[in-house]
Parts: sequence; C-alpha cells; structure tokens
Amino acid sequence: MEGAIKDWRNDIYKVFKELEITMVSHVPDAGHTPLINLCEKDNEIDVVTLTTEQDGVGLSCGAFAGGRKSALLMQSSGVGNCINALALPNICRIPFLTLVSMRGEWGEFVPWQVPMGLGTPKVLEAMDVKVFRADYKEEVGSTVDAAARFAFNTNRSAAVLLSQKMIGAKQFKNG
Amino acid sequence: MIERRPFVQKILKNRQSNLRVVSGLGTSTWDLMSGGDDKANFGFIGAMGQAIPFALGLAMAQPDLRILLFTGDGDTLMSLGSIATVANHPVTNLTIVVMDNESYVETGSQPTATAGKTDLEIVAKGSGISNSYTIKNEKDYDRLIKTIYEEEGPSLVVAKCQAKATPLVFPHSFDGSVSINRFMSTLKS
Repeated sequence: MEGAIKDWRNDIYKVFKELEITMVSHVPDAGHTPLINLCEKDNEIDVVTLTTEQDGVGLSCGAFAGGRKSALLMQSSGVGNCINALALPNICRIPFLTLVSMRGEWGEFVPWQVPMGLGTPKVLEAMDVKVFRADYKEEVGSTVDAAARFAFNTNRSAAVLLSQKMIGAKQFKNG
Repeated sequence: MIERRPFVQKILKNRQSNLRVVSGLGTSTWDLMSGGDDKANFGFIGAMGQAIPFALGLAMAQPDLRILLFTGDGDTLMSLGSIATVANHPVTNLTIVVMDNESYVETGSQPTATAGKTDLEIVAKGSGISNSYTIKNEKDYDRLIKTIYEEEGPSLVVAKCQAKATPLVFPHSFDGSVSINRFMSTLKS
C-alpha cells in the first residue's frame, strides 16, 4: 500500500474479511488495483480475472451455490455488459455484490467513458440492483459493509458506485 | 452423430453420488430434466452465456465433488471468453460437455458458427484447456465417463449430436429460487 497513507481500499478489504468474502472476480480498473493487490496477497481469497464482466455474475452465483461469498469488481463501462446476466441472481434470489469504479462523471478526460458513466445507475436500477454510492473516502467502508449486508441478508443484488471524485480523474497526455 | 437425449439419460442413470450436474439454457436443460427429477441438478432457463462461469464458480467452491455441465454450442459461443477464464483458473473437478448440434434448434434451427468454420475443441485447446476432444457417436460413452469422474480437469468435450428438436421436459419449477435452493440442499457449505 501507499506507505503510511490510509487507503480506502483497505476498508473494503476489511469488509471482505469480516463477511468472509473469499472470491473476488474482476475486469481490472486502476481504481480497484490496490484492492486487487491486497486480495491477491491473501491465500484465503481466490482472485479470478475475467474476460468480460458478465462472467463475474455467473461465477459469483455458482460460487454462492457452492457455499462461498464473492464480489465482482469492475469499471462503470463493464456494467452494461452485465445486464442480461443480472437476471440470474435476480430470478434465483442469489445474493450478488459488485463494486463499480466510476468513470465519465468527475473531470473525465475521455468522452467515450461518458455514455456508460451516465447510464450506470439507471442500468443497475433497471435490473433491480440496489445502488449504493460512496463519494468520500471516509464513507467507503461503511457503504460497502451496508451493501454487502443488504445483498447477503436479503438475497438481492447490490452495487456500490465508487465515485470518480474520490478515485481521482486520470488526465491523459499525448506523446 | 450422437442422439443426445438417450446419451444424456444414460450418463444420468449411471451417475455417482459425488456428481452435480448443471445445464445451459434450452435443449440442454430439457435433456437434463428428461433423466428424471433430481435435486442434484440445476438447469438454466435463461441468462444465456452464464452456464460456464456458473459451473466454474461452483467447481471452485466444491472441490470434493465432480461438476458436469451440459450446454449447447449457442450458449458456449455467447461466452467464448469464459473458456479462457476456466483454463487460467484451473479446477480439476469440472467437465464441460458441449452438446454441439451446430444450430439454434429452439428458434428454428438457424446454423451456429460451429456449422461453419468454428471448432470448439480447437477453441478450448487454444484457450488453454488441454483435455479437450470431440466425440461423434455413442461408442465414446466410456471415454467421457472416465473424463467426468477420473481425469484431471478442467475438460471440455464437444459431443456432436443430431440437430433435431426433442420434446421439452420441464424442471420441477421454473422459479429459479426454488431450483437453486433444492440444488443447494445437496451441497455442504
């Protein structure tokens, strides 16, 4: 981690440990990288790199059927890939948790990120996913904890949108 | 060409207690249910493309069981990337059997990519699943059984089968929560 600086990904990791989330799948995003690194160092957590975000929905449901809790990490652009797959946890009442790093909202540099960034909460809500949001570092741990408990206690799907304001907007340089 | 329904039924009739069976949407689920109601089965009726990742998650969570997935070429083609994911997160207890009839039979038998130039055995091998082979008739039954119960997976077997429509055989319930809870009652967490 980043020396003595407290990183909010540690707070997410603590929730994973406390709630015994032992499988983490992802299509990587820079915003999730410190959390992915923490999970990869943990022998009790299986990290699965996906080729498309939707496969994380099926993987998570199969793991839950087998008795393991998991979380899917993705960028907002991946949410659209998951729409029909979200029918699976919905109709089976399988708890499903995803953490979404937001693009296309706060100081975004890349216009191509904007459409799915704008669409992310609407798409999730259209598929009956309960949407939580963290805008400040101090509220990440409690928000992820609340979303995870919501999902696993009520057998519903829950997403936490991690705001671009908090993650920091990447400014690209040509050349 | 394999006549799919009796072939699947024979596998189910002789099943061992450590086997759990998942099926992809469509004909694969009707095939699975045609073997009789069994709580140790879970059949998809939607969420196309999700059967392979589901079976992977299940196999990772239940390493002491043997997991068998029956699915179709259409379902598999929708999520080819999941084959790469299976290959790179190897689970030794997973066998994927693609009942490849080279067509979308349920919707009017339109040809799939496997009717053209695509070979799912080669896709699997190229993705990194070395234990992949194609079977074309019932004589290969014993080889498949050995793969399902004894060989180190993950394995992907392409079963070339006839593209004829078969009667629909419904599961105990179309309600996914009923189906998954019955299935989970056969698993130790």
